[in-house]
Amino acid sequence: MPEAATLPTKRDEAWRYADIPALERLGAGALDQWQDVAVLAGDTWRQVMIVGGSAPELHRIRLTVGEGARAELFATNAGGDFTRLEVEVTLGKGAHFEFGGVTIGGGDAVREFVTTTIHAEPDGTSNQIVRSVHWDTGTGNFLGEIKVARNAQKTDAAQDFKGLLLEAGASANAVPQLEIFADDVKCAHGATVGQLDEAARYYMAARGLSPDQAQRLLVQAFIGDAFVELEDQAHREELLDAALTALEGAKL
Amino acid sequence: MLTIENLHAEVDGAGGAKPILKGLNLEVAAGEVHAIMGPNGAGKSTLAHVLGGKPGYEVTDGSVTFKGEDLFALDPHERAATGLFLGFQYPVEIPGVSNVQFLREALNAQRKFRGEEPLSGGEFLKLAKEKAGLLKMDMEMLKRQVNVGFSGGEKKRAEMVQMGILDPSFAVLDETDSGLDIDALRVVGEGINSIMRSGDKGVLLITHYQRLLDVVKPDRVSVLAGGRIVETGGPELALRLEQEGYDTVMANA
Repeated sequence: MPEAATLPTKRDEAWRYADIPALERLGAGALDQWQDVAVLAGDTWRQVMIVGGSAPELHRIRLTVGEGARAELFATNAGGDFTRLEVEVTLGKGAHFEFGGVTIGGGDAVREFVTTTIHAEPDGTSNQIVRSVHWDTGTGNFLGEIKVARNAQKTDAAQDFKGLLLEAGASANAVPQLEIFADDVKCAHGATVGQLDEAARYYMAARGLSPDQAQRLLVQAFIGDAFVELEDQAHREELLDAALTALEGAKL
Repeated sequence: MLTIENLHAEVDGAGGAKPILKGLNLEVAAGEVHAIMGPNGAGKSTLAHVLGGKPGYEVTDGSVTFKGEDLFALDPHERAATGLFLGFQYPVEIPGVSNVQFLREALNAQRKFRGEEPLSGGEFLKLAKEKAGLLKMDMEMLKRQVNVGFSGGEKKRAEMVQMGILDPSFAVLDETDSGLDIDALRVVGEGINSIMRSGDKGVLLITHYQRLLDVVKPDRVSVLAGGRIVETGGPELALRLEQEGYDTVMANA
């Protein structure tokens, strides 16, 4: 039986915060649409994505990263409807996975990143940074699962999530999950959710910045962390611009 | 230039709103540096924040006229664009935003409000370099994030560089001298003189100590106590306060 014959429900851990009715509108066929990428030993693969529109979107990427290879994925998720980017990564010996993502938006849409990082061999490293900025009753989710195989010693995996809620009613969910079978590994994860710094807003106003300019600057600084590891400046600006454009019309 | 009449203000706190300013009257004319001194808890910082428009500070009575306009009819950022600069006692750190970006956007926002053309990146850097030099601040510091990792003295010096770049017509400086060593105090004091000593500008200098006044030399000195101005005089008043203390001077007021 094909795996997409039935839609997942909220009881499935990886779909816990998803918008299932939106997924139904998208249809079960979308679940089969995997982008499969094999990064050969020693190579570097990099993808920059701006996802989300006025209809639901599901993007599924399956990466196999060879020995000593590097995979980098950076994404701005500014959907006006349910928008989910899913990444499943299997890391070879000494391979690295870098992920930087921003979810941003108001309305009542759910935007989410769901990653499964499998450290299958020794010496692999991974680093994931997600920033979520929401208002109205918008939601941002980061579900990050890290699996470390028994022989994947010296694995070094990190996840960092920060949510910024511009008004009551918006939400951010972080679900880090670790499944570790090796005994000599480093797995770090952190998650915080907060509001805009009032003192900084007042300070900026005292220097002449209007409330929307101050908010834009503070949000830009907040989400910038997610794209620090993206070397190409033009790409970095593209992702930031997409996020900051989505910010226009946000609650001040 | 700045006229404060019968100003009453309260501050939101844990125990509800607390009245701090209780009928404060003060006039600062163009060309004048007016020092405000007073004991702890007198309302000096509250006065600065009420003028700046800090959230949580509510004016319950009275008025402030700045350059002929009703100050309280303006939002905080509009007050800045109208020429009011507030030097913070505790400058705020803004991680992820560089001083250069912050100040360029702030300056151009002010210029836009006044109907002036924005400065280009090159023009801004030239201006920033000149003003940083005046305050003996390394240009590299301006490329760093706003106040992040700055020592207390560096923050105050950075405030003065900001003032130089924004070129306000009136500055309210709230304990700009706190946290400064003797040398930095002199540099900051001379910075205030060179940026703000002008016939068409004014300064309200809030301070605890005579040291800064030795450099800046105020034209007028007022004592703020219990939410009101209890005495106003010339520079000699500050010297008397330093020698005799607030209690003695206020007992004779």
